[in-house]
Amino acid sequence: MEERSLGQRLHVDFPLLFGILVLCVIGLIVIYSAGGQDINLVYRQAVKLLIALVGMVIVAQLPPAEIARWSFKIYVFGIILLVLVILYGDIGKGAQRWLDLKVFRFQPSELMKLSVPMMIAFYLSDKSLPPGIIRVLSACVLITIPVLLIAKQPDLGTALLVTAAGFSVLFIAGISWRLLVSMGVMAAACAPILWYLMHDYQKRRVLTFLNPEHDPLGAGYHTIQSKIAIGSGGFYGKGWLNGTQSHLEFLPERSTDFIFAVFCEEFGMLGVLLLLCIYLFIISRGLYIAINAQHTFGRLLASGLTLTFFVYIFVNMGMVTGQLPVVGVPLPLVSHGGTSMVTLMIGFGIVMAIHTHRRFLSF
Amino acid sequence: MAKEFTLKDQDHEARLIGRRVYISAFVILMLVIMIISRIFYLTVLQHEHYTTLSKSNRVKITPIPPIRGLIYSRDGVILAENKPTFSLEVIPEQIDDVDKIIDKLKEIISIEDADIDRFNKSLKKKRRFENVPLRLNLNKEEVALFAVNRHRFPGVDVVAGLNRYYPMSDELVHAIGYVARIDEDDVKQLDESNYSGTTHIGKLGIEKAYESLLHGDVGYQQVEVNAQGRVIRVLDRTSPKPGENLHLTIDLSLQRIAIDSLENKRGAIVAMDPRNGDILTFVSSPGYDPNKFVNGIDRKSYKALLSSKDKPLINRVIQGTYPPGSTIKPFLGLVGLDNGVRDLRDESWCPGWFSLKGHEHRYRDWKKQGHGYTGLHKAIMQSCDVYFYILAYELGINRIFEGLSQFGFGQLTGVDIGGESKGLLPSRKWKWEALGQAWYPGETLIMGIGQGYALSTPMQLAKATASLANKGKIIRPRLVSGTSNSITNEVDALPSIVEDKIIMSNNSYWGEIIHSMKEAVHGVGGTAWRSGLNAKYKFAGKTGTAQVIGIAQDKEYKKEEIAEEFQDHALFIAFAPVESPRIAIAIIVENGGGGSKIAAPIARKMFDHFMNNRDLISKG
Repeated sequence: MEERSLGQRLHVDFPLLFGILVLCVIGLIVIYSAGGQDINLVYRQAVKLLIALVGMVIVAQLPPAEIARWSFKIYVFGIILLVLVILYGDIGKGAQRWLDLKVFRFQPSELMKLSVPMMIAFYLSDKSLPPGIIRVLSACVLITIPVLLIAKQPDLGTALLVTAAGFSVLFIAGISWRLLVSMGVMAAACAPILWYLMHDYQKRRVLTFLNPEHDPLGAGYHTIQSKIAIGSGGFYGKGWLNGTQSHLEFLPERSTDFIFAVFCEEFGMLGVLLLLCIYLFIISRGLYIAINAQHTFGRLLASGLTLTFFVYIFVNMGMVTGQLPVVGVPLPLVSHGGTSMVTLMIGFGIVMAIHTHRRFLSF
Repeated sequence: MAKEFTLKDQDHEARLIGRRVYISAFVILMLVIMIISRIFYLTVLQHEHYTTLSKSNRVKITPIPPIRGLIYSRDGVILAENKPTFSLEVIPEQIDDVDKIIDKLKEIISIEDADIDRFNKSLKKKRRFENVPLRLNLNKEEVALFAVNRHRFPGVDVVAGLNRYYPMSDELVHAIGYVARIDEDDVKQLDESNYSGTTHIGKLGIEKAYESLLHGDVGYQQVEVNAQGRVIRVLDRTSPKPGENLHLTIDLSLQRIAIDSLENKRGAIVAMDPRNGDILTFVSSPGYDPNKFVNGIDRKSYKALLSSKDKPLINRVIQGTYPPGSTIKPFLGLVGLDNGVRDLRDESWCPGWFSLKGHEHRYRDWKKQGHGYTGLHKAIMQSCDVYFYILAYELGINRIFEGLSQFGFGQLTGVDIGGESKGLLPSRKWKWEALGQAWYPGETLIMGIGQGYALSTPMQLAKATASLANKGKIIRPRLVSGTSNSITNEVDALPSIVEDKIIMSNNSYWGEIIHSMKEAVHGVGGTAWRSGLNAKYKFAGKTGTAQVIGIAQDKEYKKEEIAEEFQDHALFIAFAPVESPRIAIAIIVENGGGGSKIAAPIARKMFDHFMNNRDLISKG
C-alpha cells in the first residue's frame, strides 16, 4: 500500500485548486473596478464563489465509478428538465431558460454542460476504443438532442458550449480523422438550416459580427466599444480603477460577459499574458490528470471537461476582441454571475474526483 | 489470459487517448497564440488609433424621463401634479473631503442626520461622477442663499427637478395612492429601458393601477461628454412622450361634504353613480399625507402610522370588511320573493324574539316589545329582525348564498384600483373548508340580519345598492372616466362596463323593495325617518347596525358600558332620487353606534348637496 497524501485523503487536487483560487481573486478585483467600485457586488460574488467551491469539494468526494453509473440517469433527467423549461419556464430577456423551483431558480441548460460529456464518456468507454461509425453517430444524436432543446430557448452560447463539451469527448476518444472531416463538411452544409432556425437578434449578431461598423449604436456597439477599451489600454494598461471606457459606461455588460475588456483596459497586454498563463496552467493540469487517469471513462471525461473550459475562454476572448460573434459566454471564473461559476466548479470537482480516487495496486 | 487481454486493450486505449490529448494541447496552444496576436494587434499596433478613439469617445446616449400624467377630479381640480423642486446635489469626484464640505454647507443650509444617512446610502450606489442628492425640497430662500455662496462649494450644485405633489393631502390618498422611489421589487417587473430615466413609480391606488398610462414613454438624447463624463452639449434629441392625464370620477365638493360630516371618525363612505359606475366619493377615514411617501417616509412617521389605533394605512373602502348588519335585509327580501318562499302579503308574528323549535336560545329583535304582525314592507321599513330570522330560516343557507352572490357579496367588485378584499359570504362549503365544521341552523338565522360570518366591504355594499337602484343592472364601479393627452388635450372617455343583469322571477319585486326602502326614510315609523324630514326629493335607504361583540343572553347592549372599539358600527345604504337614481351611497361609521342616528344623516347631507348641484354635476 502506498502512503496517501493530504490531497488524496481530502480528494482535492491542490495545484488545480491553486489555479482556480488565483483566477477567482483576479475576478473579484476586476469586478470591483467594473462594477463602479461597489463593494457589495464583490461580497455577493464572493458568497457565490464560496458556495461553488463547497459544491466542488463535495463532488470531488464521489468515486468516478459512481459518477459513471449516474451518467445516464442525470442525462435523462436533464432532458426532461429542458422539455419542462420549454413548456413552463420563466422568460427573461426574451429567452426561456429558467425553471422556477420556488426556493431558487434553476437553469437546466447549465446541467447539460456537465451531463453531456459525462454521458458521452460513459457511452464510449463501455466498448473498446476507437469507436466505430455506428457508435460515433449515436453519440452525435446524444449530443444533438439537448443542443437543439437549448438552442430553442434560445441560448446560443450554452448550446455552443454543450456541443463543444460533447465533441471534445468524441475527439479524445479517437474518432477517425476521416469521420471528423466528413462531419465537418456536413455541419457546413447544415449552416443554412441553422440560419433559418435562428432568432432575429441572433442573426443580427452574426451580421454585425461580419460588419460591426454597420450598426454602431445598435448591435455593433458592444464590439466597437470593447475594442476601443482594449486598444486604448496599451501594453501596460491604464491601471486598476483607471479604465475610462468602462467607467464612463461606454462599455456594456462590464462585469459579466465583457469583463475581459475591462481587464485589458486596466492591465494591458501584460495582464493578459499573465491571465493566459494561469489559464494554461489549469488546462495543462487538467490534461495531465486526464492522461494519468486509470479508467477510460475518467480519461475521456477529464479531458472533455478541460477542453470545454478552454472553449469558454476562447469564445469569450474571441467575442470581446471582435473575432467571434457576441454569443453570451462568460469569461470562466472571472465574470460576475453565480450559475456558470457553480457549473465550472462542479466540473473541476469531477476532474479532482477522477484524480484523487486512483488506486495503486501492486501486481 | 482474459485479464491480460483487457489490460493490453486498456494500454492501447490509454495510448490512443494520450495521443489525442497531445493533439488537443497543440491546438490549444495555437489558438492561444492567435488570441495573443490579436491582443498584440489591438493594444500595441493599434494602440494609438484606439487611444484617439477613446478620447473622442464622447458621444453618449442618455435617457430623458417622460413627464408623468396629471390627475384631475371630475370638477377639474388637480389632484396629483408635478411640482418643480430644487435639490442640493453633490458630485463626489470633484470633492476631496465630502464630510468637510457637508459641515461647511450646514452653516448656510439646514442638513439633518436623516439627509446625511440617505446621502451616504446613495453615494455607494452611484458612480463617482454622478450627482448624489444631499438635501431635497430646498425653499426659495435656501436656493438664493446657496447661489450667493456657490463659489465656496465646488462640486455642489442646486438642481431643478419635478416632484409629484398631492395638493389634497390626506383627503383622497386611498383612491389616488402615491408614487415613491423605484425599489428592487419594482425593477424586476418594469420595462428597464422605458424606466431608464425614471426615479418614481406608482405604488398604490390609481397611481399604481394606471402606472402604464401615467408614465409615458422615455426619450433619448445624444450628448457629448468630456473626459470626466460630464455633459458638454446635446447633439440630438428624441423627445419623451409624456404620460396621459387621468380624469377621475371623484366629485371633490361631494367628497369634502362626506369628509366633513364624518367628523374624523373612523369609517368609509362610497358614493356611486348607478348609471355608469362613476365613484363620486371615496372616503376612507382617517387618511394620511401621501406626500410624505414620495421621497421616502422617515422611520418615525411610518412607525406612527403603522401603530396608530385608527389604522390610517388601511383602505377601508375596499379592504375594510364589516358585518353588513341590517343593510342586507332588502337584498334578502328580494331573494325571498324571487324564490317564492314569501309573498308580499305573508306576515310573521314578532314578539320581540325568536327561537328555533326545541331550542332555548332566544334570538332577539332590536325592538324589545316586538313589531307585532309584520309583512315584508314593514319588516324593511322598521328593520324587523324576527321577520328576517324566519325568512332566512325558510330560505336556508344554500339559497341565501346563491341569492346574495348575485349581488356581488363575497366577490371582488372589480373597481379599477388593486388591493381589494373579497369580504366573506359564508356557505356550507366555505365553513367546511375553512373551519372543518358543519353549518348550524342558528347561523342561518343570524345571516338574516347580516351578522355572523358575513363580511362585506363598503365598495361591495355600494355596488350592490347601485344594482338595486338599477333594478338588477350590475355596473362595475370605476374611478377613472377618461384620459387626456397632455400635448393635444384630446380627451378619451373610457366606456363604463355593465357586468350582468339580475333577473327576478317577477320584475315588480324591485319596485316593492325600493318602495319599502323609501318608506324607511319617508314613511311614518321608518328607521331613518329623521333623515328624510323636509327633503325636496325622495330617497330610499336602509339603516344597519353591526355588532362588533356578542351580547350574552341575559345582558343588554348599553353603549356607556362598552369600550369604544367594541361599540357597534353604524351603517347606511341609500340612493336618490327614488324615481330615477343618480347616486347610490354606502356609509360605515366604525363604532359609531346606530345606523339611523349616525350614518343616515351623513347621506342626507350628501344627497342635499348632490341634488342641488345635479345640473352642474351631470355636465361635469
